[in-house]
Parts: sequence; C-alpha cells; structure tokens
Amino acid sequence: MEKFSTLEGIAAPLPLINIDTDMIIPKQFLKTIKRSGLGKNLFDEMRFNQDGSEVPSFVLNKKPYRQSKIIVAGDNFGCGSSREHAPWALLDFGIKVVISTSFADIFYNNCFKNGILPIIVPTEDRDNLLDDAEKGSNARLTVNLEMQEIRRPDGSVVSFDIDPFKKQCLLDGLDDIALSLEKEKSIAEFEERQKSCRPWV
Amino acid sequence: MGKLRTLYDKIWDEHLISDQDGTSLIYIDRHLVHEVTSPQAFEGLRLSGRRVRCPEKTVAVPDHNIPTTGDRETGIKNLESKVQVDALRENAKYFDITYYDVDDVRQGIVHIIGPEQGWTLPGMTVVCGDSHTATHGAFGSLAHGIGTSEVEHVLATQTLIQKKAKNMKVSVSGSLGDGVTAKDVTLSIIGKIGTAGGTGHVIEYTGDVIDELSMEGRMTLCNMAIEGGARAGLVAPDQKTYDYVEGRAMSPKGENWEKALKDWKLLFSDNGSHFDKVISLDGHDIAPVVTWGTSPEDVLPIDSVVPDPHEFNGGKIEAAKRSLKYMGLSPGQRLQDIPIDTVFIGSCTNGRIEDLREVAKVMKGRKVKDGIRAMIVPGSGLVKVQAEKEGIAAQLKEAGFEWRFAGCSMCLAMNPDQLTAGERCAATSNRNFEGRQGRGGRTHLMSPAMAAAAAVTGRLFDVRNL
Ligand code: SF4
Repeated sequence: MEKFSTLEGIAAPLPLINIDTDMIIPKQFLKTIKRSGLGKNLFDEMRFNQDGSEVPSFVLNKKPYRQSKIIVAGDNFGCGSSREHAPWALLDFGIKVVISTSFADIFYNNCFKNGILPIIVPTEDRDNLLDDAEKGSNARLTVNLEMQEIRRPDGSVVSFDIDPFKKQCLLDGLDDIALSLEKEKSIAEFEERQKSCRPWV
Repeated sequence: MGKLRTLYDKIWDEHLISDQDGTSLIYIDRHLVHEVTSPQAFEGLRLSGRRVRCPEKTVAVPDHNIPTTGDRETGIKNLESKVQVDALRENAKYFDITYYDVDDVRQGIVHIIGPEQGWTLPGMTVVCGDSHTATHGAFGSLAHGIGTSEVEHVLATQTLIQKKAKNMKVSVSGSLGDGVTAKDVTLSIIGKIGTAGGTGHVIEYTGDVIDELSMEGRMTLCNMAIEGGARAGLVAPDQKTYDYVEGRAMSPKGENWEKALKDWKLLFSDNGSHFDKVISLDGHDIAPVVTWGTSPEDVLPIDSVVPDPHEFNGGKIEAAKRSLKYMGLSPGQRLQDIPIDTVFIGSCTNGRIEDLREVAKVMKGRKVKDGIRAMIVPGSGLVKVQAEKEGIAAQLKEAGFEWRFAGCSMCLAMNPDQLTAGERCAATSNRNFEGRQGRGGRTHLMSPAMAAAAAVTGRLFDVRNL
C-alpha cells in the first residue's frame, strides 16, 4: 500500500446524503477479478448516460473537477454493500481523500486498507468545505495527515480526529496481514484453547 | 461477581486475542466466501505465498453471478460472470476449501446456506465479504460483513483487526397484528433510526415480538441490521435456536452437542448490562410497510401517501426530491395506487422456506394478475426441493409465478435477472438503491406476503384487505 502523508488537490462537492456503494460503483463492474481499472466506472450511472455519453452536469465531468483528488460529501457516505470495489474505483480515478460528517463502517475501514483517507468533520466544517469545493479551479484543499489538518483555500485550517493505529498504518503504508502474522503464537494458543473448551467450532 | 456484560461483550471477550489501545485482534470461527469479493483476496494470498490458515473453517459458494434458469448447469453465458465463478471453484480447490458448486443441491445464497448447513452456530464469530452477513446474528453469533482486504486477512490469519463497537438495544414489545411480519419489523426499525442510526454499533434485538419470531423471521430481522448502519445484529439464542441447529450437517453431535448446549445457554445480556443506545418499539404500532424512495429508511405503512420532500430536514430534502424523481412518484399520491410491473420474491432477506409458505398462503385460490411478471427464487437448492415437496412450487407455478433456481437473482443485477429502466418492482430483497435491480429500475421493498398481494392486484396493496 502506498504511504499517505500530505495531499494537495482539487476538491469536488457531492452534497447528496447517503451516497451508497451502488452509486459509487454499480454492480455490473464487480465482475472483475482485478483491483485496477475501475476508475472509468466510478459513479457510472450518475456520470454517464445509458448510451455512454457524459452527463455534463455531474461534477466529475466538469472542467477542473476532472482532476479531483478529494471529495467533500453529504452525510453517511459509502453506505450499502461491503464491496471494496468502491474505494478501488475512487483510488483508480485519483481520489485519495473523502470528507464527510459520517461514513458507513465497512466503507470507512476499506478506505484505510487502500491508502485512502476518510475524514470525519462536524457538520459546520463540512458545509464550509463544501462551499470551498464549489469554487472550481480555486477549490484546492491541502490535507496533512501527520498534523491532522485540512488547509482551506483562504488559508484557514480545519482539524480532524483519527484513530492513532489507523493513522500510523496510512503514514507507513503498512500491510496489516504481516502485522497480524507477527501474533502467530497468540493465535495458535487461542486455537489450542478453543479446541479443548469449544471442540465443536 | 464480575462485570455485567451484554451478549456482544461476551462473544467479543471470548474471541479476543490481543488488544492495543482499543485496536483488537479477534479470532474468526467461520468464514463464508462468495465469488464477487474474493478473487482479489485469493490472488493476494498467492502473490505473497500465504496459505489459508483454517480451510476447515471456510466455505465457498457462488451466488451473486449465477443465472437462475435451469440451463445454468451447462455453463454461464456471460463471460465475466463465468470467469468469476470459475475463479472461485479453482481457488476453493487450490486452497482446499469446502465448495458447493452450481449443480450441488446445497448451493444457494451464502447467508441462507451458512445456517442451513450448520456452519453458523451460536456464540461464533462469522464473517463474509458481504454486508448482509449480519443475517447470521439471528443465532446469537457475532457476524459482520468485511471488505476484500479483510477477506484476505481472515484467510491468511483466521483473525480480524477490529475496534469494539458500541452496544445498542432495539426492543420490540407486545405482539404483531395479522399480516405483519419480521420484514415489517426490520423495515420499521430502519424507518425509525435511519440508515445511519446504528453506525458504530452492534444491535441486539430483544422483546416479546423478537422472542415470538421463528428462526427464519430472526434472520430476516438481522439481515437488515446493516441497512440501519449497524455492522451486526444479534438475537440471544433460545430453544428455537437449538432446535433449528440440531442435526444439521456441520452442527455438533453427541457429547459435543451437550457441551455446546451448556455453553450456548450462557449467551445472553446480563440483567442490567449497559447499552449505549436503546430504541423501543411497540409491535402493535407496526403495520405492513413498503418503501417509497431509494433508501431503506424511506419506509411507510401501506395506507400512507408519498411524502412531500419538504416534510424532511437538512440534506434529506434534496435526497427525497431526487428519490421521487427517480421513482416517478409525486407527493400526496396514495401508496396503494402505485401500479407495479414485476414481483420478485427471494434474496437472503426473504428466500427461505417460511417465506415461500407465506406467499403460498396468500396466493391460495388466487392468481398473479395478467401482465405482471412474477418470479420466485428460492434461497438455496434445499429450499427449492423442500417447497417442491410441500406442493408450494406447483401451486405457485399454477398461480402464474416463474419458479427459479437458487441465487441472488434480482436482488442485485449482476446476473441475467434485471429490471429495465422505469420497470417498477415489488421486491422482498433489502436494497432499493438507484439501479440496484437494474439501471433505472424502481424497487419497492416489502414482505413476502405484501409482495404476493402486489402480484394479485398489480399494485402496492395491503395484504390485510385482500
Ligand atoms: S441476496 Fe442480495 S443482499 Fe443477499 S447476498 Fe445476494 S446480493 Fe447480497
């Protein structure tokens, strides 16, 4: 996984609440057996007409937002299915940060496994950042994970909380399977214990 | 005396391997795998030269992609679907995992066959790369959906890195009226708490109504915990649970059965244990419900009218406007006046034998209305066989339903069963998101009995007035 430290880029506003994983990446694109190449289908049914032409009014089809690296979104982003194709599609498009007031649990976790930083901020901050994101080519935010800060176009700063373990994994780009395998001994001991007291498992 | 603990606390403690500042490693007893969210995980294992730590605790089945017509055994026509299903078969073989192939009568939707085969047992931790893993919580097992990276993590380590969730209690007192089912209960709860109401929590369902529900009903209930934002839902095991579990292929036998039973009887929330959030409903207040919008929280009793978006607050106003446009509905329209084109009965929410019996009961002496496309998709091969044995299949075919083979089918349009743009469907599944059942398709969620009533009348209809 790629390390995450700071990111500067265009932020796209997606104020809709409850953006679900079917919107982020519709099921017809889940048939892949790869992780890559999903960016072209990100938000497919909102971004493209049935004949494949672009929906001009959709934010990611507009000029500066085609280069977005950040999304500022309505409440409860990523609800729905567990498909990791959702963060894969975001990442493949170039989105590395999503900012909202709340995220669905599974989506939130999946982001961290792929080097995407989901940031939770209070409603007021989110609304300010949405306003920033409306500013077209001036909609540039700078996210500093180490400092836990988002720098707005006017230079002011929004700070955010994040779980220290998750933060460290992102900063170091850690593979947590390797981390967990370091606990091999404890896992084996657990299995021994379980075999004797709950042999039916 | 030790600390008072909830059912969730107890299962959590039992499976905790290590804990560092609230980041915990928990042991996973059962891992269910399907074709859509696993190929990248298996590929990861191969690339890093890792093996599946406990193949005997892992089971794989194809369900999302496979066609539900009889010709599927001769091959899946959609090439991408075929590649995915072939990959699962091959991975299961390579890593020595139990696999129920398309022509195996035990094949079916992963959340139906887990309990059916006795893979899911009380007190266990169960995961699957699928959000509706919450279903298995009906057995008092801690069950939740995970992403593909986590699937790989569990395959390699039989553990999962987790933060402990908060405890939430949803209690439903009283009793249910005629025509009101587990589906109405679970939808009504989501209507009350919203799709983010349970975020960060594990829900335990309690109360007289829950006690009275069958195991199938409890599975329907827990299945949709995720639609309320909770990763997992739980019901404490009782005699019904033991009776359901006893004698299943993977259930403990003989001496182990007695041992297990003793263990399972300790699985309840201690009196006075702490819940961070408590929600109460009265069963008498719950009516047969349907959804009108594109979020499972957009739910109303069948005798209501389509709401005006301005009745809501904040971001919901825009969301409701968008929903109504997508659904082709206008404020004030009576739900009962909404005509439908299609009826879909199936999915991991309502594809079990009890659901099909419910449909058969409503359809007795009745027919699917002319011009309505009505489809029944049993949740597993065994459910299908059972319904055929009971004469349900013959009755429903006679009434005008298509009778299909087991799979996810029209719950999500990854297989040939899909809605076309504008097609309106009365569905027993769990998600009414935009495009969920096919691009432009319009989904109204409801119980099997209500879906049957819609099949008879060709519109959304109160089953109690049939
Ligand atoms: S039936 Fe629907 S919700 Fe259930 S596992 Fe299949 S696709 Fe998912």
